[in-house]
Amino acid sequence: MPAITINKTLISVEPGTTVAVAILNAGVDHFRTSVSGSERGPLCGMGICFECRVTINGITNLRSCTLLAENGMEVTTSEPPA
Amino acid sequence: MSIVETNILIVGGGPAGMAAALAASSKTDASVTLVDDNPRLGGQIWRAELGKTKSEDAANLIAAIDSKKIDLVTNAQVFAASTPNTLKAETSTGAVEFQYEKLILATGARERFLPFPGWTLPGVFGAGGLQALVKGGLKVENKRIVVAGTGPLLLVVAESLKSKGARVLAIAEQTPASKLNKFGLSLWRYPSKVKQGIALKARILDIPYLTDTWVTHCTSPRVSKGETRTLNDSPLLTRRLSHLGSVTLSQKGKLRSIDCDYLAIGFHLIPNTELASILGCQITNSFVSVDEFQQTTCENVFCAGEPTGIGGVEASLVEGKIAGFAATGQFEEARNLFRQREKTRRFGEALNKTFALRDELKTLADSETLVCRCEDVSFGPLKSFDSWRTAKLQTRCGMGPCQGRICGAATEFLFAWTVGAARPPIFPVKLENL
Repeated sequence: MPAITINKTLISVEPGTTVAVAILNAGVDHFRTSVSGSERGPLCGMGICFECRVTINGITNLRSCTLLAENGMEVTTSEPPA
Repeated sequence: MSIVETNILIVGGGPAGMAAALAASSKTDASVTLVDDNPRLGGQIWRAELGKTKSEDAANLIAAIDSKKIDLVTNAQVFAASTPNTLKAETSTGAVEFQYEKLILATGARERFLPFPGWTLPGVFGAGGLQALVKGGLKVENKRIVVAGTGPLLLVVAESLKSKGARVLAIAEQTPASKLNKFGLSLWRYPSKVKQGIALKARILDIPYLTDTWVTHCTSPRVSKGETRTLNDSPLLTRRLSHLGSVTLSQKGKLRSIDCDYLAIGFHLIPNTELASILGCQITNSFVSVDEFQQTTCENVFCAGEPTGIGGVEASLVEGKIAGFAATGQFEEARNLFRQREKTRRFGEALNKTFALRDELKTLADSETLVCRCEDVSFGPLKSFDSWRTAKLQTRCGMGPCQGRICGAATEFLFAWTVGAARPPIFPVKLENL
């Protein structure tokens, strides 16, 4: 079972799980903060809407619904917009 | 940057793209390359569940592709067409340039979303969007879910959520029952569809299917500002309680609220035409124009499946085959499929007529409701403009990372604006890959 950290908490995930799903299954639904400060989570689930952007291993603004969770990933959600 | 040379390049690994690849590879001297932005083939309709392909049809096609000399490039997002006969894609390991002789676009479709108060709350998903997340491993057991919007996808999504243990409280379909019945009666020409439909409906008979019904707004639970909840005993997994709490439906003119955890809402499908647009292919009424051989107005560029008209999986398969045969000069084989295509197109047309959007859906957003979710542009300021271009210049509507893919389709319906041509890069990419 791969394990990733979400906001510094270690979470184990089933192989084949996307990062967006790992975050939702961990009970977090606030993925990013919009330019006017409102909370957002995934909408389209297929890499089109960019609402599920999070920081992974220090790289900001990655679409979490298009990436598979890989062992050791460090995910940070809801950072203030750059 | 790595370079891939191929006779036939196919963009999109859904039904149309896979069918095109197989048809093209039946001409043994042609090299065929299939590129897709997902980790696995199948497109949206046959998206793998936790990495495993569940659909038998999809598994058969994928096995056939594996047995042929077809080069697969997955996890690659095509973003530009800088010189003739080349496309650029971004992968996790850098950029790839594809050099092709013939190109087949099979870029599929996405859901149409419409704004209403509360639609930006976490917990509001696309209908297909929630299904895609479930296939990615999202646990929905005992979650209370309302499925809403329009189109046959709602039934498919409701059934799949129910099969995963979700409590689907209602399916809200904006189309009136009379139109649905007429559509149902017209299906006698498609016995396989009738069989599928009846079997599907039988599995969700216990879910209220409400016609003439749509979501007017949704709200989050009342909490004091800044209140947080600790999850999994970890102070680091906290959230402010701004998420979906209840959905209000207009049902045959009466309002009723339903408490729920998730809303899955989508208003049928719209084509992904950005790549066709930057290549200079003619687009008529939002769809890519093609001739009888699925050839676009650009020489050497073909297009198959949803971008040429929303028609469902059978239409995509037959158009993909025709494009694959025609792109490799096998015109007789292509011609043999014309009649079959006619039938699938008729089905698509009936679908689009049945699930056409009603005018009441234009009145849901209030002046504060966001229309552009990337740049947070609300309905109030937008409605004073007369075109997409002016609105874009004045408000930044459509200028965020989704490049107008969500708000463009909404404003086409709300204000009858025409969204302008796409510009490269058609997806945000790293500077080093440009």
